[in-house]
Amino acid sequence: MALYSEKVMDHFRNPRNVGVIEDADGVGEVGNAKCGDIMKMYLKIDDNIISDVKFETFGCGSAIASSSMATELIKGKPVSEAMQLTNKAVAEALDGLPDYKMHCSVLAEEAIKSALDDYYSKHGSDKQ
Amino acid sequence: MIYADNAATTKMSEAAVNTMVAVLNENWGNPSGLYTLGQTAKEVLEKARQDVADAIGADPREIIFTSGGSEADNQAIISAARLGAANGKKHIVSTAFEHHAVLHTLKKLEKEGFEVTLLDVHEDGLVRVDELEKALRDDTALVTVMFANNEIGTIQPIKEIGAVCRAHKIPFHTDAVQAIAHVHINVAEDNIDMLSASAHKFHGPKGVGFLYVKKGIRILNLIEGGAQEKGRRAGTENVAGIAAMATALTESLKDLDKTNEIVKKRRDRLMEGIREIPHCALNGDAVKRLPGNVNFCFEGIEGESLLLLLDDKGIQASSGSACTSGSLDPSHVLLAIGRVHDVAHGSLRLTINEDTSDEDIEYIIKSVKEVVEYLRGFSPIWRDLVAGKKQFIL
Repeated sequence: MALYSEKVMDHFRNPRNVGVIEDADGVGEVGNAKCGDIMKMYLKIDDNIISDVKFETFGCGSAIASSSMATELIKGKPVSEAMQLTNKAVAEALDGLPDYKMHCSVLAEEAIKSALDDYYSKHGSDKQ
Repeated sequence: MIYADNAATTKMSEAAVNTMVAVLNENWGNPSGLYTLGQTAKEVLEKARQDVADAIGADPREIIFTSGGSEADNQAIISAARLGAANGKKHIVSTAFEHHAVLHTLKKLEKEGFEVTLLDVHEDGLVRVDELEKALRDDTALVTVMFANNEIGTIQPIKEIGAVCRAHKIPFHTDAVQAIAHVHINVAEDNIDMLSASAHKFHGPKGVGFLYVKKGIRILNLIEGGAQEKGRRAGTENVAGIAAMATALTESLKDLDKTNEIVKKRRDRLMEGIREIPHCALNGDAVKRLPGNVNFCFEGIEGESLLLLLDDKGIQASSGSACTSGSLDPSHVLLAIGRVHDVAHGSLRLTINEDTSDEDIEYIIKSVKEVVEYLRGFSPIWRDLVAGKKQFIL
């Protein structure tokens, strides 16, 4: 049996939305090097819509795939919807992750939320 | 496909496979049987014992066949601990970077009231003999130090350690799983009392190994049952596996110096090529290491993604990152030589052998360079390092 699903391998081999947004409206970084995973998310938000999203990740195959999938799930979506993203949704969209890799999907959810928090703190607190 | 994980296991040699199949077909009797079929199997078994003994300069009566290196390690350590405890000796000296077959056995003994001193292996991955001698006590029951490390390949000063143990009359065991058939070992010259080995690390089959126990050193059996192995290890002998192990061992030693000369040259070229990558570091001493072992840490990347991308390029290797160990901590070996977590996660072990060609080496170098550069390209740590927001460690 393969280590990861085809979907995970696809997102790992060809990660979507890799890179940096220089004039991002929100930036979030979670994880730490000691644990072996760091995710950084950059958001561009126009009229409460996530018009662009980019990520950088230091981590294992499933961390890279989870970051990539999370960006796909929120791109073009309203901010309110992105706030609802769960790690479960990320893992499911990847056709599942091994149990001991579920924390990668948690990290992806946290990275998105951290970037959104940064956006709110910079652009007022119209969270609703 | 380039297989560069020979420290994990090796492909069986053709000769070893042939031996195994021949024994399975022709000498399948139980060596304990008194009839012809049993006795011919017994002959095969004893011939293998002689060959294995010859390979390390031992007497055949000093060889106990086991299911592999882990069993041999367990038996040697537990036996020495029990016998020591009977004489009021409940202290064991070992090193911080032993294989888990040793470390976990020591952990178990600690819970039973033994005291364990784990020696520092320093930045170069080498035990200091004077530090070892200082750690010895009147109640030391055993010293166990691996011959060569399984991750970083560093070769320990075994002969000197053995001499110190002899002088202090303390039994000395070495886990030689990675070293045997890769470097010359002579148990008499190297002052070894007990030695563990595993066949699948030298082109033999999995599930078979042996424990050398010097005449005069008592050994307790762990597995109760029949009188096989002179009552020191019960269970009907894995005759085909044992015979194949003997074939593989004899074959490996035949042209060892010549083979090692070639492998070392390729290993050194591999190290030289990988060293060109900025902010990386070789793990373990560059010279006192196994002929086929190369182990590097790369800053700013994580080992599992490195392995998966190398696999995509047809290169099979391993890493000491947490993600490949199934735990949250990276390799205890890399931590023992002082690598901090941040860079220990980004390690790569390549273990080549005589089948790894010069072209393979160049392809590996090129591929590792490409993959490291690619992964650094979207690593937030790397960005911070390059931007000067963080200090480079390597």
